[in-house]
Amino acid sequence: MELLVASATGVMTAVGIYLLLRARTFPVIFGLTFLSYAVNVFLFAMGRLTINQPPVVSAAATGYSDPLPQALVLTAIVISFGMTALIVVLALRGFLETGSDAVGLASSGDDDAPPPRAGGDKARLPS
Amino acid sequence: MNLLLIPLIPVLAAILPPLTIRSGRNVCAVVTGLATALALALVLSHAPAVYRGEIVQTRLDWVPQLGLTFSFFIDGLGLFFAAMILGIGLLVIVYARFYLSRNDPMGRFYAYLLLFQGAMVGVVLSDNILLLLVFWELTSLTSFLLIGYWRHLPEARQGARMALVVTGGGGLLLIAGMLMLGHIAGSYELSVILQRGDLIKASPLYLPMLLLVLGGAFTKSAQFPFHFWLPHAMAAPTPVSAYLHSATMVKAGVFLLARLWPVLAGTDAWFLIVAPVGLVTMLVAAWIAIFKDDLKGLLAFSTVSHLGLMTMLLGFGTPMAAVAAVFHILNHATFKAALFMGAGIVDHETGTRAIRRLGGLLTLMPITATLVLIASASMAGLPLLNGFLSKEMMLEQALGISYAGLPWLFPVMVGLATLFSVAYSARLAVGVFFGPQRHDYPAHPHDPPAGMWLPVAVLVVLVVAIGLLPALIAGPVVARTAMAVIGGPLPSYYLAIWHGVTPALLVSMGALAAGAAFFLAHGGIDRIRLGFPRPDAKRLFDRVISSLVACASWMTARSHTGSLQLYFAIILGTVLVLAATGFWSASHEPGTRDILPMSLPALVAWFALVAASLAAALRHHDRVVTLVLTSIVGLVVSLVFLQFSAPDLALTQISVDVVTTVLLLLALNLVPKTTPREGGPLLHWRDAGIAAFAGLGVAGLVYAVMTRGFETISSYHLEQSKPGGGGTNVVNVILVDFRGFDTFGELIVLGIAALAIYALLDHPFGRAAARRLAGIRFSEEARDAHPMMLVVATRALLPLALTVGVYIFLRGHNMPGGGFIAGLVVAMALIMQYMASGYVWANARARIDSQAMIGAGIVIAGLTGIGSFVFGRPFLTSSFGYFSLPLVGTFELATAMAFDLGVFLAVVGAVLLSLSQISRVQQRAERSPATDSPMDIALDADNTAAKEA
Amino acid sequence: MNNWIVLPTVVPAMTAALLILALPHHLTHQRIVSVGATLLMLALAVGLAVLAADGTPRAYFLGNWPAPFGIVLVLDRLSAIMLLLSAALALMVAVYACAGWDKRGRHFHALLQFQLLGVNGAFLTGDLFNLFVFFEVMLIASYGLMLHGGGGPRLKAGFHYVAINLIASTLFLFGVGLIYATTGTLNMADLAVKVAAVPAGDQALLKTGAILLFAVFATKAALVPLHWWLPSAYAATSAPAAAMFMIMTKVGAYAIIRVYGLIFGAEAGPLGGIAAPLVIPAALVTLMVGAVGVLASRNLRDLVCFSVVASMGNLLVAVGLFDGPGTTAALSYLVHSTLTGAALFLLVDVIAQRRGRQLDQLEPAPVLANGTLLGALFFLGAIAMVGMPPLSGFIGKLLILDATRQAPQAPLIWAVILGASLLMMIGFARAGSMIFWNSRDPSADPGGAKAVGGLSGLALIPVLVIGLLLAATTVLSLGAGPLTRAYEATSAQLLDKAGYVRAVLPPAAGTGTGGN
Repeated sequence: MELLVASATGVMTAVGIYLLLRARTFPVIFGLTFLSYAVNVFLFAMGRLTINQPPVVSAAATGYSDPLPQALVLTAIVISFGMTALIVVLALRGFLETGSDAVGLASSGDDDAPPPRAGGDKARLPS
Repeated sequence: MNLLLIPLIPVLAAILPPLTIRSGRNVCAVVTGLATALALALVLSHAPAVYRGEIVQTRLDWVPQLGLTFSFFIDGLGLFFAAMILGIGLLVIVYARFYLSRNDPMGRFYAYLLLFQGAMVGVVLSDNILLLLVFWELTSLTSFLLIGYWRHLPEARQGARMALVVTGGGGLLLIAGMLMLGHIAGSYELSVILQRGDLIKASPLYLPMLLLVLGGAFTKSAQFPFHFWLPHAMAAPTPVSAYLHSATMVKAGVFLLARLWPVLAGTDAWFLIVAPVGLVTMLVAAWIAIFKDDLKGLLAFSTVSHLGLMTMLLGFGTPMAAVAAVFHILNHATFKAALFMGAGIVDHETGTRAIRRLGGLLTLMPITATLVLIASASMAGLPLLNGFLSKEMMLEQALGISYAGLPWLFPVMVGLATLFSVAYSARLAVGVFFGPQRHDYPAHPHDPPAGMWLPVAVLVVLVVAIGLLPALIAGPVVARTAMAVIGGPLPSYYLAIWHGVTPALLVSMGALAAGAAFFLAHGGIDRIRLGFPRPDAKRLFDRVISSLVACASWMTARSHTGSLQLYFAIILGTVLVLAATGFWSASHEPGTRDILPMSLPALVAWFALVAASLAAALRHHDRVVTLVLTSIVGLVVSLVFLQFSAPDLALTQISVDVVTTVLLLLALNLVPKTTPREGGPLLHWRDAGIAAFAGLGVAGLVYAVMTRGFETISSYHLEQSKPGGGGTNVVNVILVDFRGFDTFGELIVLGIAALAIYALLDHPFGRAAARRLAGIRFSEEARDAHPMMLVVATRALLPLALTVGVYIFLRGHNMPGGGFIAGLVVAMALIMQYMASGYVWANARARIDSQAMIGAGIVIAGLTGIGSFVFGRPFLTSSFGYFSLPLVGTFELATAMAFDLGVFLAVVGAVLLSLSQISRVQQRAERSPATDSPMDIALDADNTAAKEA
Repeated sequence: MNNWIVLPTVVPAMTAALLILALPHHLTHQRIVSVGATLLMLALAVGLAVLAADGTPRAYFLGNWPAPFGIVLVLDRLSAIMLLLSAALALMVAVYACAGWDKRGRHFHALLQFQLLGVNGAFLTGDLFNLFVFFEVMLIASYGLMLHGGGGPRLKAGFHYVAINLIASTLFLFGVGLIYATTGTLNMADLAVKVAAVPAGDQALLKTGAILLFAVFATKAALVPLHWWLPSAYAATSAPAAAMFMIMTKVGAYAIIRVYGLIFGAEAGPLGGIAAPLVIPAALVTLMVGAVGVLASRNLRDLVCFSVVASMGNLLVAVGLFDGPGTTAALSYLVHSTLTGAALFLLVDVIAQRRGRQLDQLEPAPVLANGTLLGALFFLGAIAMVGMPPLSGFIGKLLILDATRQAPQAPLIWAVILGASLLMMIGFARAGSMIFWNSRDPSADPGGAKAVGGLSGLALIPVLVIGLLLAATTVLSLGAGPLTRAYEATSAQLLDKAGYVRAVLPPAAGTGTGGN
């Protein structure tokens, strides 16, 4: 079992990182999703694996799996959910604004292009 | 009287000129003058004590941990310099009042001048060498302002920058040097350091320290090869040049050499470095000066040459040479300041500083002529003037010097330098005042108002007086000052005009004759000289700086390309290397925990997961497929949690995945469905390599962990869950009780995410974005947005879903479930309404604002926490009791559940807000035709309302 | 137990929630509440600083659970200083934003409060996973602030910022996981005790976890080569956000001081001093990269961004010493660089608004309105940032040079620090003389007519804020004596691990009663 879990975690990590290194926003987002799957399983596995021993106190229970990592993973899942949601919308709006979903910065290094916030702030004061 | 006041008065007074300038230039000048005079009076009030041989000190702590204190002391040397700085400062202030034109902002000028004055006085009076450093850098900064005073002139800006870079850079060397000096001497107080000369000279750190200190001194005093900045500083108004570049700032370096003379001088290293640097500076600068056509340029280089002379004398390391140096500092200050002001007058009256365009001014401006002629005669070293006396002493010393086994080197070179100085002095005097009158002066020349020539006159009187009665007038000053420099008994000497026929006298007489001859021939020599290539220091400096900038730009542009891929690769690579080295550099043993047996379903699930993952990697160009594969992986992951006794996790993971998938689907509707193929195979293999390495690492780590046992604090949680937390579902109790603070943060994260999403999408669409949005065409089936089946189903499902939500929520504390999962379920049910029936329909029926819901969730959770304050318990302390209700049966209520309610609300609000925002954007894309989308239209009614409110 | 300790997290949280719940659309009310709350926060921070000044670390057991089982907050001199700093900064930023920035998007003040919550939580918590949570709070709030006001380029840069930080967060979880898996605890004090006792067979795992964690903190602290997010993010975001972010890099530095001083400090057996060999070399490179970037910058905003990178280099050189003098110098420089950087970011914003079409590009522009005043402010800011006397940068630099004197690579360190100062001096001198001295007459410039001028009413607020910040650096310099004494006391307290552990863990760990 441990071997399966370990290898699966490894595969998810690898796929996540490979996607992370793509040039467009959505592959990167999928990459981050894979990474968060991997890290959730990883964190969960830090409490070691047990079968049929849920951390719900009862007289019948033979033993309990380590509840702490489970709580941590729960928190991690929620947080990564919020983060994913944000970055998806960020990518979406970025695409709508610039018409491209490439991850590279358009204007970097060259001084001719107006500085970033020029477009952002000047015109946009709500009247 | 408190020494602290002396540098403080000018610095504080610096605010007065800008304030008083409104009431007239005279008032402004007078105020400035008074401040300076006050400081001068304070300095002189210490003279009696100093001349009784006492040393006056003040001390005030600043940063004792550094050894940095506000401690000042005044001895012969300090008194001499302070008096000189303030005295000449006073003259310059008067002079400047008449020099500056009406359009020059005089208030600013005097402010800068006072600041500089204060810094300069600080340098010469500091007892603490770190404090000296502070003032030292301040002189660099203020001189930057003074040189750049005429900001509209490019040469002024460049000159200012050059001066700052060179002298400020030297200051940085001095920082290191002073820190080392203080470290060696065991104290940063000069009065202590000066007593520990032997200790310092014996230290192994002596040489590096010496080099650093000299670096500071040489840059400041424009010693070769740092001499180039001074002439370019001449872009400053003439009063500034007269002040900074004759009497004060450039002398700071010489002052430092004199100040530290007792502890640094006398070693071979000192002699071998300082003396020749001074000599070369003296010679080279004198040579250049001869051929300068610009009056101030000529004076600038002659100043450099004289600074070299002083440096050389101090470099000799003999007491007698030190005396000569002191004497020459005094004399040079008098005649050089006079000459600068004189040149300023000529410039001011004739409108030019080019010697070629001048000449014949003798009769036109007799007063100026007389004064300048006397001063330049002194500079040339003509008898009966002070320049002559110190030059004699200098020659006397130099003739005896044998350097590197060459007894003739110094005598010859010094002789040459003297010759040159005669030549350039002659060029200045004759070129400007003699010869035929011209008719093409830019302005009509005549003597200036008394205010301008009186300061010059004062100095010239000194020149003559010292020249005639050296012993009477300069004797005591020189003696007392030299005593302070030498830090021991004076050598026997006497200042007099006539020492009999000495070798020195012969040399200077020869130099006078040869110099005159050289002057007559300089035109021809100049032509020859021009034939040879001459290094242009300024162009060199500019090239260095510009290539430095170019190099910097190149490096920065090459490294910060803005390519996220590159950044990721570097970051991940670094982390992997760090982690690997970290792991292998520590001891590791395989674990001993026994392995769980493999099962067939597990194997199947494993295959599904691995296959889906790899497929996702390979097919990632098709985004929809990738999304499907991703959710498969997510499903298997939740199965993993279920299998290994983590029901809560399984529930959470699955529900989160549903929401995430919906979210991504909505987003994918609005962006390209496919990813173009980019990047060469090499790039892909690099990425695959990094990925594989990372994957192996993680797999190895997690396997290593799972195969070993350990002790954990969670046994306590298992014990205390029921008795202490009032719940049997330990995970939930941990979430809402043991580690409730985590959850508090977690729900806030969720809330913020939703708000940020809202802010992102609420922000009005610019024209481009609006057109893009409108341009998105939906396939026919998607167009028919609200299929009846779905609408009915979702509306029927809603109440059911809500009940399920409540149920999950209530059992959460004891059974798998809880506020978060309940929140997701309910949110999904509501989202279905949006998706099925459309944003407008659903939004119109949305009873509560989801933002408020988030706020409420946080507030409730927070208040539950604060509630325990009332019972004198810390934040989030829980309590619980049991109640019974029909249908539900006996159940328990815990404050933890109120907290969980907060979680529930925040989750519902957050999910609702984010998803509804996206679907809103989509609705708009479907609604709006491609054309006539005006700029910044608000997306719907409640928004405009919001804006107006 | 003293409930004051938890308030720095509760106050901003409740304020923000209130802003969302009660007055999401009333900007004026939002401003009043936000500024009021930050003022309260500042007062609170002062109170806590006074409390901590007695030198005994105070633990606060959330949920009344005994350590190490519940989450514990710890107030000691260090956290008190950091709280004070963040509160002061937040107040300045809140006031500055009221001059108009908060109009350019939704929820600026709420996000600011949330950011403050995250930062304060990170400074207070004594629990490793809780630190993660507050990092996330701080970050997601910062995403919101970073994107505040929208605009294509900002969104692109924002994506970089978010993505890089998500990776860092993932690493954080990997690291914490490994540490828990080998020690079985998350409480910092408990870890400080248990790390030394980890069996030899597990040390490699633990060390890997510690290293991963270090990478996370180094990313936050913009340590080269993990600094990529900083220049583009700070350059693209709004001025007040950039100013507020000055504290976030410091959170990274703080975490390094805390975790690698307390848990993996010199006494932690074979795992002691993990970070020390890594920090100083990286910091020197960071310093150079920053200085070179300053020289290369073609607009003021980049100039300030890279000078911030450089200042992190200086700061981390001192941190990397992990000894008394080093930490003292680090704290001094930390406070200084936070305020100075913020002042410069805000100042550049004001200048750009006044230069019409040229914004903050380093090219001739029409005469600047209020040029003299702004020039003077810029001159002071530059002096402080470059580290020339008499402002606080000089003191900080001297302290660092003095502290590194005994280090084996002292000559190298000194050479880099002073060399970097020279490069920055050149960069700032060029920029300043270009912006303020090299002005073109407006007639020659058709497009640049719309340069804003005049200082009155709301337009005065930004200048006042900037002036206050710069005045603060002057005070830091003049009051350096007593301040340095306080920093010394702080670093002494940090070196006293036993004191910290005593404050957190009960004499006989493992006992303790339940919630009620």
